[in-house]
Amino acid sequence: MSTSRYDAIVIGGGHNGLITAAYLARAGRKTVVLEKRPVLGGAAVTEQIFPGFKFSVFSYVVSLLRPEIIRDLDLPSHGLQILPLESTVTPLDNGDYLAGWADPDETRHELERHSPRDAEAAVQFGRLMHHMAMAVKPILAMVPPDPASLAPSDLKGLLKFAGHFRSLGAERFHALHKLMTMSSADYLDEWYEFDPLKATKSASGIIGTFLGPRSPGSAYVLLHHYMGEIDGAFRAWGFQKGGTGAISESIASAARALGAEVRTDAGVAHVIVRDGRAVGVALANGNELHAPIVVSSLDPRRTFVDLVDKKELPDELLSEVSRYRFRGSSGKVNLALSGLPSFTCMPGVGPHLRGAISISPSLEYLERAYDDAKYGEFSRNPYMDIVIPSMIDPGMAPPGKHVMSIFVQYAPYNLNGGWTDAKREAFGDAVVNTLERYAPNIKSLILHRQVLTPADIERITGLSEGNIFAGELALQQLFFLRPSSRWAKYRTPIRGYWQCGSGTHPGGGIMGASGRLAALEIVKAT
Amino acid sequence: MVTRDVTTCAVGQVLYTPWCDAHGKVIDDGTVSRLDERTYRLTSAEPNLRWLAMNSVGLDVTVEDMSARTAALALQGPLSRAVLEQVSPADFASLKYFRLVHTTINDIPVTISRTGYTGDLGFEIWVDADAAVSVWDSLMPFTTAYGLTPCGIWALDLARIEAGLIMLDVDYVSSHHAIIEDQKSSPYEINLGWTVSDTKGPYNGRAALRALKAAGNKWGFVGLEIRWESLEKLYAKRGIPPKLPTIAWRTSTPVCVDDGVVAGYATSGCWSPLLKKYIALAHLQAPHFGPGTDVWMDINVEHRREQVEATVRKLPFFDPERKRA
Amino acid sequence: MANGYDVIVIGASADGLVAATALAKAGKRVLVVDSATAIGGESRAFEFAPGFVAAPFALDAGWVPPVVARGIGVAPPPSVAPEFSVTVATNDGFLALPVDASRAATAIKPHSTRDAARWPAFVSQLRKLSGFLEVLYQTPAPDVDAVSFSDLSALLGVGGALRGMGREDMTELLRALPMSVQDFLDDHLESTSLKAAVGAGGVRDLRQGARSGGTTFNLLHYIVGAPAGSVRARSRWKGGWGAFGTVLFDAARAAGVTIKLGRGVARILVRDDAVTGVLMDDAEEIFARDVVSTLDPSHTMLRLVDPVWLDPEFIRAVRNIRYRGCTALVLYAVDKLPEVPGLDSVVSLTPTLTDLERAYDAAKYRQLSQTPHVELTAPSLRWGGMAPEGKHVVVARVSYDGREASPEPRALNPDDDVTARAASVIARHLPSFENSVLARAVLTPHDIEARFGLTGGTPTHGEVALDQILFMRPVAGSSRYAMPIDGLYLGGPGAHPGPGVTGAAGWLAARALIRNKRKA
Repeated sequence: MSTSRYDAIVIGGGHNGLITAAYLARAGRKTVVLEKRPVLGGAAVTEQIFPGFKFSVFSYVVSLLRPEIIRDLDLPSHGLQILPLESTVTPLDNGDYLAGWADPDETRHELERHSPRDAEAAVQFGRLMHHMAMAVKPILAMVPPDPASLAPSDLKGLLKFAGHFRSLGAERFHALHKLMTMSSADYLDEWYEFDPLKATKSASGIIGTFLGPRSPGSAYVLLHHYMGEIDGAFRAWGFQKGGTGAISESIASAARALGAEVRTDAGVAHVIVRDGRAVGVALANGNELHAPIVVSSLDPRRTFVDLVDKKELPDELLSEVSRYRFRGSSGKVNLALSGLPSFTCMPGVGPHLRGAISISPSLEYLERAYDDAKYGEFSRNPYMDIVIPSMIDPGMAPPGKHVMSIFVQYAPYNLNGGWTDAKREAFGDAVVNTLERYAPNIKSLILHRQVLTPADIERITGLSEGNIFAGELALQQLFFLRPSSRWAKYRTPIRGYWQCGSGTHPGGGIMGASGRLAALEIVKAT
Repeated sequence: MVTRDVTTCAVGQVLYTPWCDAHGKVIDDGTVSRLDERTYRLTSAEPNLRWLAMNSVGLDVTVEDMSARTAALALQGPLSRAVLEQVSPADFASLKYFRLVHTTINDIPVTISRTGYTGDLGFEIWVDADAAVSVWDSLMPFTTAYGLTPCGIWALDLARIEAGLIMLDVDYVSSHHAIIEDQKSSPYEINLGWTVSDTKGPYNGRAALRALKAAGNKWGFVGLEIRWESLEKLYAKRGIPPKLPTIAWRTSTPVCVDDGVVAGYATSGCWSPLLKKYIALAHLQAPHFGPGTDVWMDINVEHRREQVEATVRKLPFFDPERKRA
Repeated sequence: MANGYDVIVIGASADGLVAATALAKAGKRVLVVDSATAIGGESRAFEFAPGFVAAPFALDAGWVPPVVARGIGVAPPPSVAPEFSVTVATNDGFLALPVDASRAATAIKPHSTRDAARWPAFVSQLRKLSGFLEVLYQTPAPDVDAVSFSDLSALLGVGGALRGMGREDMTELLRALPMSVQDFLDDHLESTSLKAAVGAGGVRDLRQGARSGGTTFNLLHYIVGAPAGSVRARSRWKGGWGAFGTVLFDAARAAGVTIKLGRGVARILVRDDAVTGVLMDDAEEIFARDVVSTLDPSHTMLRLVDPVWLDPEFIRAVRNIRYRGCTALVLYAVDKLPEVPGLDSVVSLTPTLTDLERAYDAAKYRQLSQTPHVELTAPSLRWGGMAPEGKHVVVARVSYDGREASPEPRALNPDDDVTARAASVIARHLPSFENSVLARAVLTPHDIEARFGLTGGTPTHGEVALDQILFMRPVAGSSRYAMPIDGLYLGGPGAHPGPGVTGAAGWLAARALIRNKRKA
């Protein structure tokens, strides 16, 4: 049994918690990470759900992991290996398809087939997104200032923030403003005419949100597709070899190498607070660990409502946390397959199976999928992002067999009548039936099926309401409002108690920026 | 849309012209051919359909993209006219520079314009894509007798540098592609000031171009002739004779004036097989772009950074009488 | 020059008359032209049935930004605050919300004691948030490339006003602006009826539903200038819907403005990137160095200006302005009013925000809602002279009619659907209404566009959405009233601060014109 005194305790062994721990350890702090599950990674885990079949159970692709984290922690030498996801194919209802390939010229020819104007617009659109990603990038690396504060550091931060926007120039600032405030459908309408193209692009704007493509605020998430590219570190989207859990393992390995201790099966019951100061944590098994710094990588609801007594917190924070929206809207279906699916639009085995298949044939299709969810039902014809990791990483399935990961939207957390086993299976059926329309042999291939609803995601990972971003990525929940106006700088009203999860700026996806910024703030302040 | 006054273009005439954005920065360049009274054909380096569609809003014009069904073949060189006369009934002796004729090649309908991307006499043959191979086959019998040789962009690159002809995204960046303002060029800065009409009615960038013209050029686009003696000396220091690339290079290369201050950059260069000179195309800041100015261009001599002497030359380097006659 | 002026103002709307007066007072010779034979622009009244008059786009004037009134030296005419700010149909009757907060709390109590207790604080917070917009709406929109001293000081003034709100309100403002009105109301209230009453204001003249982002902003926008305690209706002019128009008309005439009505503009004349005047419908050319248009930006820039003078990127931006009118109007002549409190303000027949959302869904697919969101107002309760003695006018706003952008050609008389569906909604809550109807007229967005020259069939001159306000209005880079043709200004609701802020755009455009000329 290791000692119970540390410099810092990190609650939650997801990627952000592990990154915070690694950076704290790197700064010489004696750090321990406590993960309640037997596996590390939170929502970035690989598990063998069925014998021989390995799944990236929740999060399944990577694009955003910050390059500075990869460099600082030397993750490739700890096992980080991103395999490129080469294409996106959207089967259309008329039996044709729309494809985006790794080779820009091929993509262009493909687009020209559907609309020469769109093919041309895509080049300029890509350039604009590149500019926008460059404009946003410095903000991702910025600790949000408090806009209402008069403290010199906040004023300086606000000036820096304002200065950044001024330095963009009016044209780019206006373009960014549009991106932040428009709906993805309206935004794409300004560029493109081919509806399935708009639908497929806008799909990335709705992922993880409870918005439809015509709902303002959905355009911003479009940018994420372009964020990875500007660093040139790796392609926009990719698979981790061995599944996303291997990313978590690589970060854990880096953290251990830097001296951090990582414990699994170590659920935290609550944070011990004495005289308004965090002094340690009580584990679910009754043991206590002590440290002057306690960092929660859990989402804001867990961090402020579940882990500490509300009497320790000001009312305004509790009220803001109660208004902070999660609203999980996505589910996941993992299939173990006896062979490869054959899509009507591209029969047989081909390079398209090494990329993503997007079930987003039209904007109306996505919007109607959203309508179901608005009124408390899962989408009868859902949006799906399908990948077959075993095509690129054969180790994920037994020889000749495959694993298929289907990200599904929408599946509202607050389903009418609540989620039951029967409803879960009905949801799984809706997914498979929809898929069957595009890949008629799919049902004959299914050996096992795992269906995860937002309720399951919450139960297993602890993410409130199953929101994959630890809180919606809506404008009113970003930057200095994430998660709360006064407590957006990783601090909390309890001295020594910190936050480092995706529920803080900049949050969302396997990006790790929250974990890194939090650690840097902690090191600076203590 | 373009900077030249197309109303002065007669039926059967071809105009070379750039087109600009509202700030007078060049988007692309190409030719406008007046095929008949009401039909014009625009060629460009990059797809411009979207831009054309944007420009046509509210105007009585139809824009049609014929790229995919049109094939173009350039027949360039001192004997090109002689070859065409063998296969086509048109009167090429009287086909003037930058004019076109609708005719046939072995009974295949074609349009032949006296234009090209080299500095020599030459023609471009425009044909329906389906008939392109037949046109090619009609010309190939002349390889031995006339020294006709199929060639691609590597050869063309040398010829167009000799002719001082710019290339999009090599010698200048389209204002639609530029990431920063500094990457954009006005026509005046890439030697195309002559294409900017003073008398034409409204067109994109007109007001900005007037202001740019009035303000005077900050940049000039010129030829550089690298001094062979200087080059020889640098290589001699390393004990080898000058070693030059066999194809044109397209890497931006700093150019200094005599006090060592960077005054511009060369964008493409090559050993000119015609002129037996090492030449380059360069952007130079005022006042260093006057012909005869001495400058120094960066050069990699056997893994060492050196600077070679060069002289600013007026473009084109190569401009034979027969090109226009 | 016989037929020359310094400035021609297109449109005798409040904005046009304010701009003309301000310019005349600055020493300009000003001409105002309007194709209509009466002043008022789209808010003018017309007879829709013998003896029955409606001014459906003048439903809530009643407020003039102080800076405008001061600027042109007029005193706004007397106004009265409404008794009720909004009334909403419930499952068993109506919930009418008095403007007076404590009376409103009493009315709310049967629906939710918690909401009743919170109401005064809620309306006072709304007031603070819209109060901030009120400051913002009386100055040119601050922009990131503000360069001049006055721009900067305006920016600092707005920033100061923002920080001066105090932490809680400022945070609330930053959070609220991008939110959906549903989320915003869920945060503050619990009563379904109450949320439906307030929330309907968030989708006014917008093709969005209550769950769409940015609808909280729209709600706040339309209560700028409303009396304290109102969540919807604004004050009204005592002297009639056109009372302020008359004041402006007199002020303009007194300042020496020439006003020609019944004469439309066919073309704005341009030479060498500068305005030279206008070509009238009757082919007369009138010369002027400057033109201020109060028509919508698409009408002004795409229909009146030869596109050869415009940058294709600018044209693209103007073409991308979203108008998307989706509210049809049914005007009823009735011999008896239904007994509903607040009919002189707004009565919403949509009992829940979910019903509103469902009505909106049709618009997404470019259809007419099966069960539309219907709001009733009886303007004849406010003012005399709209209907024969003892009879009344009821205006129904019927949303959503999403057919505006339908690619298929529209039937000439699509009104039957609108009237029928509106009638069934009305009958559900006011069963005897149909029997009182003497005559009716229908204006679909399509008709509104045709009749009023309003692009997209909406009086907004461009949706009030977060990407179409402030420095983005009418299009990014042209938010300072000067259009990219020298001497052409946009001074209507298509420019900042947008629809419903009487005269503000006209005043700010006139100021921009005077200032630019001084620089020249």
